[in-house]
Amino acid sequence: MRPFDYKRAERLEHAGQLAAAEDTLAIAGGTNLIDLMKLQVETPATLVDLNHLPLAGIEEHEDGLRIGALATNTATAVHPRVRADYPLLARAILAGATQQLRNKATTGGNLCQRTRCWYFTNTDQPCNKREPGSGCGALMGRADLHAVLGTSEACIATYPGDMAVAMAALDATVEIAGEKGSRSVPLREFHLLPGDTPHIENVLEPGEIITAVTLPTPVGGKQIYRKVRERSSYAFALVSVAAALRMEGESIAHAALAFGGLAHKPWHDPRIDDLLTGEKPSMALFDKAADLLLEDAQGYGENDAKIPLARRALTATLIDATGVSA
Amino acid sequence: MTIEINGESHELPRDPRVTLLDFVREHLKMTGAKKGCDHGQCGACTMLVNGQRINSCLTLAVMHDGDSVTTIEGIGSPAAMAPLQEAFVKHDGYQCGYCTPGQICSATAMLQEIAAGWPSDATADPTDTPKLTREEVQERMSGNLCRCGAYANIVDAIMEVAEGEAA
Ligand SMILES: Cc1cc2nc3c(=O)[nH]c(=O)nc-3n(C[C@H](O)[C@H](O)[C@H](O)COP(=O)(O)OP(=O)(O)OC[C@H]3O[C@@H](n4cnc5c(N)ncnc54)[C@H](O)[C@@H]3O)c2cc1C
Ligand code: SF4
Ligand code: FES
Ligand code: FES
Repeated sequence: MRPFDYKRAERLEHAGQLAAAEDTLAIAGGTNLIDLMKLQVETPATLVDLNHLPLAGIEEHEDGLRIGALATNTATAVHPRVRADYPLLARAILAGATQQLRNKATTGGNLCQRTRCWYFTNTDQPCNKREPGSGCGALMGRADLHAVLGTSEACIATYPGDMAVAMAALDATVEIAGEKGSRSVPLREFHLLPGDTPHIENVLEPGEIITAVTLPTPVGGKQIYRKVRERSSYAFALVSVAAALRMEGESIAHAALAFGGLAHKPWHDPRIDDLLTGEKPSMALFDKAADLLLEDAQGYGENDAKIPLARRALTATLIDATGVSA
Repeated sequence: MTIEINGESHELPRDPRVTLLDFVREHLKMTGAKKGCDHGQCGACTMLVNGQRINSCLTLAVMHDGDSVTTIEGIGSPAAMAPLQEAFVKHDGYQCGYCTPGQICSATAMLQEIAAGWPSDATADPTDTPKLTREEVQERMSGNLCRCGAYANIVDAIMEVAEGEAA
């Protein structure tokens, strides 16, 4: 690790001021940042420790729930309201990492975790995300983990997390505070596609800090997180599908789906939710949903398999959620 | 700034780069906790911080002002072994032993997590009260790798202690 100054933020305004300084990064659980600092992928001059801010609470919020930025992934997954009303979120968190990591990982840090692209984490390799303008190692080499939707010529990396995919399906909102005040952004708009600035991964401005994620009124229904990975525990998703789907009689009354492992952000395509809502479930309908999802999908060789995998994962999820048999 | 380790108070290091693992091993010379990967992947460095198991390689010592830490040295000693330590010996829950301190710290916390009713990815429904099955134990111990592959015996050892506690 390169030497750095360690500062502790005691109040929220203080955190914004400190974090706005050049070459400064916030630290919460540290499970992603310290890993990357050891690899010298991240070389901040100053670390601002957020852990003393009062942001760890999980509380009722209107008819929903407000999960503090410092609530650990464990605290969220074991919370009685999350388990009962947002089981999708509990499932997605529990499908990720290990108990030791989830005990430290936080809501804010999880949302901001960096990609697991091999070239990004290896400073000997070119990578536009780590070093803008240096080229994309994955486009020239090993692209097995990489994205098939929303890629650019500069970067084909994925957002690797699970929690945010569930939050995208649940239509959560990210609360942000900064020097200029606070604002909220729909989680579905929090992460960005790479475009020609893959080093900018989300809408946070310098000095802005996530303070919480809020979940709207529970939608009920079946909530499924299907994570397809290389081994059945402790691996990042190749493809994941988060679904909150409620049937009324014979037809689908509410459908909200989001996808992990396919893009630089949790992927949400409102056309899929619209297509399914109000319809009677059938294999033909599920095929149409997969057609919409994968209309513009592009593989890069080693990750070509993600395209049929995403189709099958979506179909299997919809079969589970609606009870239609194949 | 101080930290309590196995009941004893220590000054935290000045250099913020020192991880909790390096602080305990290199500064305090308590070498029970092991460094396998140094990247949060293997679990050899597992310690309990305020009762929760974490990877001590991915956290900075300076971030633990006022915290209370338990390492394998605080769980038991050769003269006074904890039930999990005895069960690992009885069931050959190791070969080289490198992963064992992490396995035992991890399993100590894991049994409390099941007792507290925390679900895991192996729990059919997150609202269910988890059952003490091999499948649950395997999933919950997935953060502790064993390069010798002593897994079957590790699960046997943990199951014996768990069933003893439940009985
Ligand atoms: C071996 C391993 C396996 C893993 N497997 C999975 C997996 O299967 N699924 C999965 O989803 N994740 C997985 N993870 C990633 C893990 O979930 C993340 O490391 C964790 O969620 C990051 O949270 P943190 O609080 O530790 O973040 P930190 O490491 O503290 O921070 C990460 C980033 O977020 C920023 N940040 C932190 N808090 C805030 C805030 N409040 N506002 C603004 N910025 C902030 C930091 O500046 C930093 O850039 C794995 C990690 C490891 C090491
Ligand atoms: S895919 Fe993105 S993160 Fe990976 S090497 Fe290319 S630019 Fe870097
Ligand atoms: S040394 Fe900490 S997890 Fe491997
Ligand atoms: S006993 Fe050798 S690594 Fe587990």
